[in-house]
Amino acid sequence: MDWSVISSSIPVYGEAALLTLRIGVIGIIASALVGLLCAAVQSFRIPVLRQIVAVYIELSRNTPLLVQLFFLYFGLPKVGVVWPSEVCAIVGLTFLGGSYMAEAFRSGLDSVHPIQLQSALALGMSTPTAFRHVLAPQAFAIAAPALTANVIFLIKETSVVSVVALPDLVYVAKEQIGTDYDTSEALLLLVAFYLLLLLPISLGANWLERKVRSNAFGS
Amino acid sequence: MPSDLELIFQGSNLGRLLGGLWVSVWIALVSMGASVVLGLPFGVVMTSKNRLVKLLCRCYLEFVRIMPQLVLLFLVFFDLTKVAGLNLSGEFAAVVVFTIWGTAEMGDLVRGSITSIPRHQFETARALGMSPAQVQRHVILPLAVRQLLPQTVNLTTRMIKTTSLVVLIGVVEVLKVAQQIIDANRFQYPSAALWIYGVVFFLYFIVCFPISWLSRRLEARWQIS
Repeated sequence: MDWSVISSSIPVYGEAALLTLRIGVIGIIASALVGLLCAAVQSFRIPVLRQIVAVYIELSRNTPLLVQLFFLYFGLPKVGVVWPSEVCAIVGLTFLGGSYMAEAFRSGLDSVHPIQLQSALALGMSTPTAFRHVLAPQAFAIAAPALTANVIFLIKETSVVSVVALPDLVYVAKEQIGTDYDTSEALLLLVAFYLLLLLPISLGANWLERKVRSNAFGS
Repeated sequence: MPSDLELIFQGSNLGRLLGGLWVSVWIALVSMGASVVLGLPFGVVMTSKNRLVKLLCRCYLEFVRIMPQLVLLFLVFFDLTKVAGLNLSGEFAAVVVFTIWGTAEMGDLVRGSITSIPRHQFETARALGMSPAQVQRHVILPLAVRQLLPQTVNLTTRMIKTTSLVVLIGVVEVLKVAQQIIDANRFQYPSAALWIYGVVFFLYFIVCFPISWLSRRLEARWQIS
């Protein structure tokens, strides 16, 4: 283990980690929006759209991100759809994440008993008020563990974006192994940077889960 | 342009693609089998009350879960080979990594299904005069299996999707074969990439969809209400 190699490579890995984080964060926000939309379509049972959403969820959940990215990056340009690497990575991550987020939101909404809404309305609340103060907090508390698990899952999934020529952490590490043969140093940095990215999120998720639960059930 | 789809049916192209798919499915099935065998006892160990045992299990589980599977693959494929002076094939490294990952996931499922069984199930069965062994055999085990089986089936689809990563450590599987077919026919079939990668996408779907469907059916059927 050569520590001078490690210290001199840290800036390169830092930059790569920022790329991983940027793609992850944009992808996760977009996934959450797509997921919310899909969950709404399914909860309100909107005809036609509901079937489309169901097909999308099955396609997205039953194929690997790697294959989705190959199709987006190498396949689609053949019909004139050319996207820059980063757009491809974010679209791919959103295509994958949207369905996972949709399932999480839906399980939250489904778990709130209809009596809750009826009682709130009977107490004189308007539907939006009931949604905001009665339905949403309960649904979110149920969905929270699945949502945070999805956040971690999606950041981990970004590890394959090097196949669309993005210099993320894996790309940088592979480069260092290939050109300098600093295998152990590169892998140590790779592991350390992923821990740095994901450990705080994992701990934060545990904390959020406990907090949301105690808010919802008052225990 | 749609004529480029016919490339799939030329020569042995479709057969080669299916052969490539079989490589990653085979890696997934072997790793899954090993994960079940190792994960069952690991899950039981995880329910231990011993603090040190608990801590060690927790560290293993968290590390394996936090690291992207690709990083774990790199660790074994590049580092273990260099440090230990081994010459592992990509397939073998993949089976090792996915077994390490699968055992952690499987162990956690087993732990979850054991701890989710309410204590009163055990106590009621005892009160009815069953021996502890009979309680395990006729009450606890069936309850645990009903919860565990759908989740295990679901883990299998995750395993199959994850094994697509092996192309990145040089294993020739379906994506690599697809690449070879596209490159070899670059001039006759310029838009082959669209169709061939499209076919790979649907091949994965055809393999994984029935398994996830089965998992959902089992879960719905055995839900403890």
